[in-house]
Amino acid sequence: MFASNPFAALTETISAEMIQGYVILMAILVVGMTIYDMIHKKSAKYFFAKAKQAEANRVRELGAGDKIGIAVKVATVDVATAGEFCNPMRRISHMLMMWGFILFIVSTVALTFAYTGEAPAIVAQLWHLGAIMVMVGGYWFWFFIRVDVSAEAVSLFRIVQADLFILSLLGTTTFGLLWSIMQSKGDAMWTTIFLALFIISATFLFGGVLWSKFAHMFFKPAAAFNKRVIKADGSRENLPEDFDLTSSEIQKRYPDIPEYMGTNPSYMGLGIKREKPKHY
Amino acid sequence: MPTFVYMTRCDGCGHCVDICPSDIMHIDTTYRRAYNIEPNMCWECYSCVKACPQNAIDVRGYADFAPLGHSVRAVRDEEKGVIAWRIKFRNGKKDLSLLAPITTKPWGKYIPQLRDVPAPTQEQRDSQYLYNEPKYIRMDDGGIHTLETNGLKIVEGVQY
Ligand code: SF4
Ligand code: SF4
Repeated sequence: MFASNPFAALTETISAEMIQGYVILMAILVVGMTIYDMIHKKSAKYFFAKAKQAEANRVRELGAGDKIGIAVKVATVDVATAGEFCNPMRRISHMLMMWGFILFIVSTVALTFAYTGEAPAIVAQLWHLGAIMVMVGGYWFWFFIRVDVSAEAVSLFRIVQADLFILSLLGTTTFGLLWSIMQSKGDAMWTTIFLALFIISATFLFGGVLWSKFAHMFFKPAAAFNKRVIKADGSRENLPEDFDLTSSEIQKRYPDIPEYMGTNPSYMGLGIKREKPKHY
Repeated sequence: MPTFVYMTRCDGCGHCVDICPSDIMHIDTTYRRAYNIEPNMCWECYSCVKACPQNAIDVRGYADFAPLGHSVRAVRDEEKGVIAWRIKFRNGKKDLSLLAPITTKPWGKYIPQLRDVPAPTQEQRDSQYLYNEPKYIRMDDGGIHTLETNGLKIVEGVQY
């Protein structure tokens, strides 16, 4: 069931060009709205103004090699493995959603542009796998990890504008999967219903970029890059330096440390991070 | 001035909510990021600032140690056993770096042996003093303790 291209049967009623046109329209909406959002919120302007401000506090200049190194770290640590999350559950859920969504999008493009008819089983399987990954990560997030639900005991069913992204994402993948299942079962009525819901939620997902947090996919890597740059060039957004109590240079600069703590200060434990925050 | 949260940095982990002695750090139910719900009640105790793993919380310190809007930022790094401070004057000229080792005792290492302490007398129970007062506030050996009477002076660097 998961090996067949659900878009292939669709071409019997809607032309392949129309399907492709819809996909292109969604891509244009995402790009256009992200750019508009950037101009409207002045985020790029703010970003560059902050970078300029940080220049004054720089202790060292970064070369092209350093910047490439940082970009690689951003790609591998911050983006690919969501390294900034402190909570491992949120990290896993986020990775499932992110990688699932990428699989889903790439295979959708493949299934609608490269193989308008029957597609290799693996491509169709990846489309279904992507949808399932998003659903696992997304429903886990929605029911258990959402901070206001787990921490502030807000109702599971309270919906605010900030939920537009996650709900339309879950809608797109869930209805997409159900549409494919009903289609393979040959249930015409439910196939049509789920197709309609699939298209509606996908339109909300890609057309709602301006009002949802869709654009964080592009802004987050930029912020992660900036966070690493200010560490590497020493500007650190006015944060203190990265001290190591066991370094002889630091001990010379602050002679009280070896006096009170010895040259190899003992590890005092995780402190507040000893346990996961849950008392609120 | 009370704390404020850089929303783009906060990831809603709740450490600040857990530690705030005034219970005024909360998670905003729309944006899912922390914010100070009652700025007037903030002690500027820096607990949340130091607890935040994302360094997302900022606060202007009291005027006595950070006059004229100096920027004061603190980082508590348990891995390295360090609490580091950076005070930057508003004109950008003076930039103080303060450093203190974390001296909290490792978890479970020092447990007060209260059973070895003699039980308070009836007179102590009836008194308005708290447990071990005035001994612990050192009023019993005369006068209020100051840096000077203790032979200490303020120096740049590690301070206790
Ligand atoms: S500085 Fe202290 S009182 Fe103020 S919000 Fe943070 S933890 Fe609470
Ligand atoms: S500790 Fe920092 S990251 Fe965590 S909720 Fe508070 S402000 Fe946000």
